[in-house]
Amino acid sequence: MAKKLSIISFSGDFDKLTAVFTLATGAAAVGYEVNIFFTFWGLDAIKEKQGRSFLGKSPLTKAFGFLMGGLKVAPVSRFNFWGISPKIFRSLMRKNNVATLEELVEYAKVLGVNLYACEMVMHILGLKREDFIPEVKDVLGVATFLKLADDGQTLFI
Amino acid sequence: MATYQLDITKDHCPITFVKTKIELSRLSKGDILEVLLLEGEPLENVPRTSAEQGYTVLDVSQVEGATYKVTIQK
Repeated sequence: MAKKLSIISFSGDFDKLTAVFTLATGAAAVGYEVNIFFTFWGLDAIKEKQGRSFLGKSPLTKAFGFLMGGLKVAPVSRFNFWGISPKIFRSLMRKNNVATLEELVEYAKVLGVNLYACEMVMHILGLKREDFIPEVKDVLGVATFLKLADDGQTLFI
Repeated sequence: MATYQLDITKDHCPITFVKTKIELSRLSKGDILEVLLLEGEPLENVPRTSAEQGYTVLDVSQVEGATYKVTIQK
């Protein structure tokens, strides 16, 4: 049986998402089965629209959707400086031949990392299945995620 | 049976072995992949994880300085 890594991706921060996708792609490349369960701010990483858009059902959730945004506008957890720092980080990563967050996400798709969205938070934020990238395998709750993660390592980031 | 080349000397973890894994998955059985990589983490990791996943590491040789060539058969 293949080794297994399951990651609960809670944060929508650029640096923490980079950690999620670095671990996920690395593990998948060495033969692990990898599951990522995106919940709360983590859902920003798998939105189809990577910038800011009014996703949601009510005016309030639409406002939240706009403020949260997608992968391209993810803030860094420290010294964000109104979104300037993530741009600096991306340029440093390119300059030093380190994969950017967007590249890591693409590699994760190619390597068959299983991406799951949290049903409960989607409901709170008025997000639909179609608001996410097509590679999202399923919309799950806690019980199903625990079953998937059983007999493997689990991380919360 | 064909031979392919992959240069990961400019890449860093985890992309070194991510690229190797993707390239190997595209090959047909019997094909050979020559991976150019640097000593240290890639040199330790690429041959070991390739062997663990059922590929055959045919050769590891120094090209020059810190650069090595790892020959893997699918």
